[in-house]
Amino acid sequence: MPLKASELKVGDTYEKEVCRNLSRTQIVQYAGASGDYNPLHSDEIFTTQVAGYPSVFAHGMLTMGMTGGMLTDYVGDGRLRSYGVRFTSQVWPGDTLVAKATITGITEKDGEKIAEIDVETTNEEGTVVVKGQATAALDD
Amino acid sequence: MAADKFPVEAGHIMLFARSIGDANQIYYDDEYAKTTEPGAVIAPPTFVQASAQFDPNYFLRPKIGEEWFGSAKGPTGITQKKEGGGGGGGGGLHAEQHYVYHQPLKAGDVLTAETKPGKSWEKEGRRGGKLMFSETVTEYRNQAGELVVTATGVGVRTERPATSGE
Repeated sequence: MPLKASELKVGDTYEKEVCRNLSRTQIVQYAGASGDYNPLHSDEIFTTQVAGYPSVFAHGMLTMGMTGGMLTDYVGDGRLRSYGVRFTSQVWPGDTLVAKATITGITEKDGEKIAEIDVETTNEEGTVVVKGQATAALDD
Repeated sequence: MAADKFPVEAGHIMLFARSIGDANQIYYDDEYAKTTEPGAVIAPPTFVQASAQFDPNYFLRPKIGEEWFGSAKGPTGITQKKEGGGGGGGGGLHAEQHYVYHQPLKAGDVLTAETKPGKSWEKEGRRGGKLMFSETVTEYRNQAGELVVTATGVGVRTERPATSGE
């Protein structure tokens, strides 16, 4: 359901656990669906022996995609007007991620009421893995 | 990711939504989707990243008859060491991704994706060495020529190969 401008205020938050104990298989699922088959995300042998990382790790875009699911749950389907993030830390198999939205402003643009939203996803240690902003169209 | 033809298919949307752990019914149930505000199966906000599947030259997909840098008999399938980083954007490691949504992207839409370079800038890395950032702007248009999504990826390259670790 879309959010209502009349019921929303700056400082409101919404959060969702977007993955628990992230599996290598889910990372492979994302590789297959997105078409990004970089072995760094699915090939433990290449990633540890050639690239020198401790294990495979998630695509940044998987984390952005999971975080987007929190946003669309919050603002409603088809309501996002923009969504952008910086990838601030890697996400590893076994991670549990919580994505959080915070309303930072309510404005108007092209005749629509718009929520300005800060977005942040953290792992179980409290490290921020993606950080960004979104805007979404509101009902009155 | 440039693509002359990116058909947005319902099955692909379902697989993509599953892979990001998003159980929203609007991504797979067309009867339910009719009852929602968009009125049809739509794609999740980051779906256009999957245009990589339709970019004939996308370098992070194994190509038939070509060597692949992931492991096979040995830890890498190629003898000559090749840089393998990159998750989008301008290559190297993926630093940022931004989308502007002009209208909902629906199953059945057929998109074109046109990519052009954006800004580029440099920064000193925290551990020394230069970080080179570059933007890639991709415009996704539907079968009517209307702009649906504008995607801006930011890639970062270090002076060292991206896959050498830190």
